[in-house]
Amino acid sequence: MRQRRENIALVALGIVGLVVMLGGPHVLQLFTIINLTTAIGLAVLALSLGLVWGHGGILCFGQTAFFGTGAYVYAVAAQSFGGTTGAALLAIAAAAAVAAILGYFMFYGRISDVYLGVITLTVTLIFFNLLRRTSGPEYKIGSALLGGFNGTTAPPLTLPWDSNAVLFPQQVFYVAMGALIIAYFGCVWLSRSHFGRVCVAIRENEIRAELLGYDARLYKLGLFTVGGGLAGLAGILIANGIGRVTPDLFNLSYAAQAIIWVIVGGRGTLIGPVLGAFTIFWLTSWLGTQSHFNINIVLGIVMILFVLLLPRGVVPALIDLVDRWTRRKMNQRERMRARRRTGRRAMQQAE
Amino acid sequence: MDFILALVLQIIYGIANLALIGLGLAIIFGMMRVINLAHGEFLMLGGYTVVVSTNLSANIWIAMLVLAPVVVGIVGVIVERLLIRFLYGRTVDTLLATWGLSLLLVGLVTAIFGPQTATTISAPIGAIEIGAYASSGYELFLILLTLAVFGAVYAVLRYTKLGLLARGTMQRADIAATLGVSTSRIYMITFGLGSAVAGLAGGVLAPITGVVPTIGATYIAKAFITVISGGTAILAGTAAAASLLGAMNGIVTFLTGPTVGEVALLGAAIILLRLMPSGITGRFFRRSL
Repeated sequence: MRQRRENIALVALGIVGLVVMLGGPHVLQLFTIINLTTAIGLAVLALSLGLVWGHGGILCFGQTAFFGTGAYVYAVAAQSFGGTTGAALLAIAAAAAVAAILGYFMFYGRISDVYLGVITLTVTLIFFNLLRRTSGPEYKIGSALLGGFNGTTAPPLTLPWDSNAVLFPQQVFYVAMGALIIAYFGCVWLSRSHFGRVCVAIRENEIRAELLGYDARLYKLGLFTVGGGLAGLAGILIANGIGRVTPDLFNLSYAAQAIIWVIVGGRGTLIGPVLGAFTIFWLTSWLGTQSHFNINIVLGIVMILFVLLLPRGVVPALIDLVDRWTRRKMNQRERMRARRRTGRRAMQQAE
Repeated sequence: MDFILALVLQIIYGIANLALIGLGLAIIFGMMRVINLAHGEFLMLGGYTVVVSTNLSANIWIAMLVLAPVVVGIVGVIVERLLIRFLYGRTVDTLLATWGLSLLLVGLVTAIFGPQTATTISAPIGAIEIGAYASSGYELFLILLTLAVFGAVYAVLRYTKLGLLARGTMQRADIAATLGVSTSRIYMITFGLGSAVAGLAGGVLAPITGVVPTIGATYIAKAFITVISGGTAILAGTAAAASLLGAMNGIVTFLTGPTVGEVALLGAAIILLRLMPSGITGRFFRRSL
């Protein structure tokens, strides 16, 4: 019953996604399209954190470390290679590799989740500090200057078979939205696979899962690596949306926002973080136009309120509500039927 | 010879700096297993307290050594009563809530004082000379201050009744509560104390680093690494981790420059945690404070 409803929701979601993807560039203005590409990049980042934290229970506060790695590797490689397809693949691989190396130390050291959160956060902050200091001409990889605080330019995507055919913002939007849809359904598939279910088992009770013969360290490492690669993809998209990569991609503000998207949207669901990212992105851009409000104040208050009052997030709470409502409906119907049955029996007995 | 002396002094200052930044966090973490993600912002508030009070023509020594810890300590107690109290036993939620608090504090301070550096304060002690090299006298003062703060925290924990109750609560909160200790009050006081130490650190570091609303971010990475590598013993852990990582950082910085120094600090900490997942004091000096 629940599975069927979930499938219906997924199909509907896929259709909505496709409509936005195909219809967006025809309806919206160029400025909105470019902004939306950035938002989609952030949504993929949210999805990756939703997979790692919400689904696997790995408290990663520094998902931006892989996000920024992806963006930087893409920008540097695209400047050096000419074409961008190889750069994009390299960026995803690099982000996944960083996640795998970091994950090896953390999971095989059996570090507890609180430590894990703090260490990942520290890693992204160190990357931030490191890249800020790369302003001199000696920090050059291939033909790309890292550029310190100002960052370096990220060339827009090109066609895979023709490195001179640079995509227009509208076309980049198609790619980004397509990537989001594929990534989302990929994550859904992963979460329903054997691997994904073992990850949930480990999240719920690590010792029990290990006693059943699953190596929790390996599964966590696998999930973390996939999440890192996905964050790298998000980095590529954001580099295309903004057109530059700067050390700010690693900073505390992005790291905090990623966490907020997942908290607001809901841990344990995959669509929650995506919707959370779009909502918060919209909120921050709107607040950016209202100059008398500081964004950090609002984000901080949102975060505290959700932790205190709605720690599970919006989407799980809504699903609960719908569940309860349908169950009540069903119970009602059941009761009516039972009443009718007893009534009939009573009438038969009377006869 | 003079050169080596200057270099050693520099490394010791690096160690003292890490220890001072981390201590407030370590007190709160050691007591309640809560990592305060707003720790950097508590340091930042300490710095702003010094700036504001010296602008109101307070003596800089009083501002740094008295006002900063008192103000931030009070902020800490308020935060504990309004926020942390509801989240005991929910470690992850505490992390998230303090992170929200950190954003909120950055936002509030930016709204009040603006995003730029507030009036810079100059260090009240000038340079001292070691042979041919000049070294900052203020850094020497900070080294001594760090030692004094560690001594004071040790004395409070070891020799006062409050310290006894705190250590009891730290070891077994449930037993302490059964024996009539109000653990909730102990937690409140410890959180206030940890915040006060953070405020003191932020206050005395303000002349060196300057004060901006986002300065917390530059502190916390180092503070987290130090405290986590140290483990749960408040003083021994912080001191051991700060010595190890500070020396590492100092030597690598001397050899290659500050960029690699910080990376070496992080790399060393991650490898350390692979070998000793519960920190240095999880393996050695287990019974220390």
